[in-house]
Amino acid sequence: MHQKTIVEMAAGLRAGEFSSEELTRSCLQRIETHDAQLNSVITLTAEAALAAAQAADARLKTGDATPLTGIPYLHKDIFCTEGVRTSCGSRMLDNFEAPYDATVTARLKQAGAVMLGKTNMDEFAMGSSNETSFYGAVKNPWDTERVPGGSSGGSAAAVAARLAPLATGTDTGGSIRQPAALCGITGIKPTYGRVSRYGMIAFASSLDQAGPLATSAQDAAYMLEAMSGFDPRDSTSIDQPVESYAQSLEQDLRGLTIGLPREYFSEGLDAQVGAAVEAAIEEYRKLGAEVKEISLPNTALAVPAYYVVAPAECSSNLSRMDGVRFGYRCEDPKDLEDLYTRSRGEGFGAEVKRRILIGTYALSAGYYDAYYLKAQQVRRLIRDDFVQAFKDVDIIMGPTSPNTAFRLGERADDPVTMYLSDIYTIAVNLAGLPGMSIPAGMVDGLPVGLQLIGDYFAEGRLLNAAHRFQQVTDWHTRMPAGFE
Amino acid sequence: MSLDTEAVARIAHLARLGVDDSEHESYARNLSDILSFIDQLNAVDTQGIEPMAHPLDASQRLRPDEVTETDQREKFQKVAPSVEAGLYLVPKVIE
Repeated sequence: MHQKTIVEMAAGLRAGEFSSEELTRSCLQRIETHDAQLNSVITLTAEAALAAAQAADARLKTGDATPLTGIPYLHKDIFCTEGVRTSCGSRMLDNFEAPYDATVTARLKQAGAVMLGKTNMDEFAMGSSNETSFYGAVKNPWDTERVPGGSSGGSAAAVAARLAPLATGTDTGGSIRQPAALCGITGIKPTYGRVSRYGMIAFASSLDQAGPLATSAQDAAYMLEAMSGFDPRDSTSIDQPVESYAQSLEQDLRGLTIGLPREYFSEGLDAQVGAAVEAAIEEYRKLGAEVKEISLPNTALAVPAYYVVAPAECSSNLSRMDGVRFGYRCEDPKDLEDLYTRSRGEGFGAEVKRRILIGTYALSAGYYDAYYLKAQQVRRLIRDDFVQAFKDVDIIMGPTSPNTAFRLGERADDPVTMYLSDIYTIAVNLAGLPGMSIPAGMVDGLPVGLQLIGDYFAEGRLLNAAHRFQQVTDWHTRMPAGFE
Repeated sequence: MSLDTEAVARIAHLARLGVDDSEHESYARNLSDILSFIDQLNAVDTQGIEPMAHPLDASQRLRPDEVTETDQREKFQKVAPSVEAGLYLVPKVIE
């Protein structure tokens, strides 16, 4: 059952081969059996899942079902879920039961998808290895001594291990694409403004976007469609109709122009990862695409600009965690200042503190122009590179990550090296473009991700290009040993 | 750009963020590394470039000035560490 795509699951549900309740029980059973090795789930909501599955079974009989009705999924613990703990991977919110649903939660509920539980993640989504979680590191199912990537590491590991067919993620600097690459699955971050951020705990508001993680582009297309759309409760949500992503999947790729940024294939890229990516590009040539080299000259500035913008916005967003209205409060505060300082000092982990400190510094009196303003100017240069490139090409391709999954602990003490793991993904967030990662090869038993970057609102084209690739390759169907 | 332990303490205070004295040095080192990495930005000429606030240069959407939220005080205060009579409790501020 767990090896099926959601399209196959939906067909099985409609043909009466199995019920959503059976499907849900099978996923819960797999989580029970395998998750001790992975630590991908923080909170399991088995009872609510079974109730939702029964409701889905009833709905399937009425003919009013959607492609996601009765399909189980895991939800990143950054999305508010009414009455269910929403921890964001932090001690600060360990006791926080959200009083309302995020828009993404509500939309998936409305579609009839069955939430199995909440997945582990880097604390407040700050990390590239899932080692900063208060609930402990997540392990990569391809090699449990290695990281799954982050911050949506729990979601990626769970889908790769086929504990659930779908999971949600969020991506501020690569947090869907990088773990998708390192775990050998498919993930897409849509255009900024495409999916509502309402009820998605904010890290860096000008960069955060939600998207799906799945085992195929086709499955991701159905889930993204259900998640997307205008929401008046998110002031940056874009009021534009959502395409039917599933309908455009089969479009022919002849005539498609692919751009390869030379900056993405230079120093710092692992040679074997580079070779796997080149081989994947060759498949696209066979599919009829034209490939040309392009340049994104400001690529090297993306990570430094990001490490001003993201911490600045995070220091501001996380100021709401003050021990007064919700979340962790220290014992016996002696005065108000002590309450704030100790609640925050004890509630946040080291990486979150680092970023709050950097952001506070960058926004403090006398430094704003030199840091935040400067970074926002550089951000425009980075965006303009892409705008220029998309005059000549339809899709930009390259590696998602410079390496395959690294070992747990290997980069934990060296923030700058850790930050550089997101070198190919961060510019996409700064520009607000849609980006995707699909499995495109293996190096020494570990998956390699191919990144696809599209023009604004070109999610349909990205999913189409990914789907056509997956029709002629089988990287996305490979499963880690012990989880088949 | 590098920060010393005194600067770390000052920034931590601005952020009302408890950082142990024993950790000041490692934060100073980490933050200095991050800041010197960020310093690359200074080499870029950004004269006349408008800072980018939104990728699609969208502006803030306004809505009609109507009441849209209902009173859910009790529900929202259920998750607070300490409340009484609809108010959030904190240590005494005024003697």
